[in-house]
Amino acid sequence: MERSKAAAARRTPRPIRKLNKDKYLLLMVLPCLIYYLVFRYAPMFGLVISFKNYNLFKGVWASPWVGFKYYHTFLNSPDFVDLLRNTILLGVTKLVFSFPAPILLALMLNEVTVSFLKRFVQTVSYLPHFISNVVVASMVLTFLSPSTGIVNHWLKGLGFHAVNFMSEPGWFRPVYVLSEIWQHVGWETIIYLAALTAIDPLLYEAARIDGANRWRQTLSVTLPGIAPTIIILFIFNIGDVLDIGFEKVFLLASPAIYSTADIISTYVYRVGLGQGNYSYAASIDLFTSIISLIFVCTANYLARKFSDNSIW
Amino acid sequence: MRNVRLSIMSLVIGLVLLALAVSMIYPFLYMISVSLSSDKYVIKGAVSLLPRGLSFKVYDIVLHDPRIYSAYRNTFLYVLLGTALSLTVTSLGAYALSKKSMLLHSTFTYLIVFTMFFNGGMIPTFLVVRGLGLIDSIWGMVLPTAVSTWNLIIMRTFFAGFPTELEESGKIDGLNDIQVFYYLVIPTTKAIFATIGLFYAVSIWNNFYSALLYLRSQDHFPLQVVLRNIILEGQVRSTNVTSVGGDQLVVEESLKYAVIMVSTLPILLVYPFLQKYFVKGAMIGSIKG
Repeated sequence: MERSKAAAARRTPRPIRKLNKDKYLLLMVLPCLIYYLVFRYAPMFGLVISFKNYNLFKGVWASPWVGFKYYHTFLNSPDFVDLLRNTILLGVTKLVFSFPAPILLALMLNEVTVSFLKRFVQTVSYLPHFISNVVVASMVLTFLSPSTGIVNHWLKGLGFHAVNFMSEPGWFRPVYVLSEIWQHVGWETIIYLAALTAIDPLLYEAARIDGANRWRQTLSVTLPGIAPTIIILFIFNIGDVLDIGFEKVFLLASPAIYSTADIISTYVYRVGLGQGNYSYAASIDLFTSIISLIFVCTANYLARKFSDNSIW
Repeated sequence: MRNVRLSIMSLVIGLVLLALAVSMIYPFLYMISVSLSSDKYVIKGAVSLLPRGLSFKVYDIVLHDPRIYSAYRNTFLYVLLGTALSLTVTSLGAYALSKKSMLLHSTFTYLIVFTMFFNGGMIPTFLVVRGLGLIDSIWGMVLPTAVSTWNLIIMRTFFAGFPTELEESGKIDGLNDIQVFYYLVIPTTKAIFATIGLFYAVSIWNNFYSALLYLRSQDHFPLQVVLRNIILEGQVRSTNVTSVGGDQLVVEESLKYAVIMVSTLPILLVYPFLQKYFVKGAMIGSIKG
């Protein structure tokens, strides 16, 4: 009896038995998988057109191979250096200024003992995160308008000259980064605040007994307590240095300030969709994706090596 | 002495935080005030905190603009259809992925997480969307962004904490996984559905990227595109004072702010009530899963 049951079980291979057991779960995950295959993985394979002379009418597979021709064109084009410099400078400026901002804000919120003030500041500072990039860009452009904008009203009121912020290349990066901080600083504190609540209160007590003041406690208990969160988020952010959100740069930039505001993704949009140079634009896409991936992997490797915290 | 120094520190922090809060609200108050003030005060730049010479003229113009009307209708359609679709696909997938014993569980998880670090980029994605015939249709606004990996992970983490006893009792009563999900899981985890649904609704409401890339005809444009055309491309006219409908003079600035307010108002209105759900969702997302 026992033996025949075991034999029967042996006759149906394990994966099939498992398939039968999990068939409903697999059915549930199916739409999701189809989405990822069609809209996330198919484009990755579509990158093959960057090695081909993509022809609209022939389709991806019938178009002739051209090897690294488009990569050569991009790397040798006069735009390349400017684009790479603009992209990296904007990405690094953003990283340097907007990455520490939510950490600082979370540490300050942590020091507030008046719970009403704390709640009020939190509620209000989350708000801009839910405003669209179009609205934020519109606000930036109208507030900074040289003739009617409120910022220039103030400047004139204080006796300064009006500044035409959005047509001077030098102003693009500060304006962009400031608006990014304004938009997201509050929302990004949530993760750090969550990490702060997870710190064992006993550690603070021990520190107090050892005579540490509030400042010393922040340095010795709070910061090490949220360090893993900081490292993980930093790795994620490193990947975005080249992959800066397209929408807002696109909305804020104008030809007058392309010398600082034209970045790789806006260039890809103009060349690819504007001029129909699909293969050339796709080669730039792949180039940046690979460099971003290398950034993330390197950051992750270093983080794992030196701090035991990593994404994988 | 130490106490004095401490309280000065708290005071400074409190003031910095208050200043920050003001910088977050003031722009909205200012835009509302200017758009509700009458022309002569706006031209003089005399409006700062409260509206002066209350006037609803610009709102009258904006709300009667046929572009705004059709954009509003389109945006609502995209949000309703898109949120329903995204939430269905995401919740089903997240529930299945929360079962670590599922066949190929870790393969699927790697496949999905990998897309957070590498993607095909704008042009290949565009070609796929075009190849599927989604250009210039509702589906182009809804399908390419249907699943957000972040939201999927939040839901998966949440479902992983669902009490297994309840599911097992359902299984004993003869329910399969889909029925367990429908009859037991959904009714008890409505809060996470509300939260993720809101995340999706807001991101579809704000979605400009898909509209820019995949929409062609004006009849399909959502609010964000119309807003951009009016404000950034200056389709109202780029003089300071614009005449709309004959001899009625309107200050361009008020008109722009009114358009911004009209397209942002729904979010500003629901935000205070839904804020705590948003925060809960983000908190779950911050737990490593």
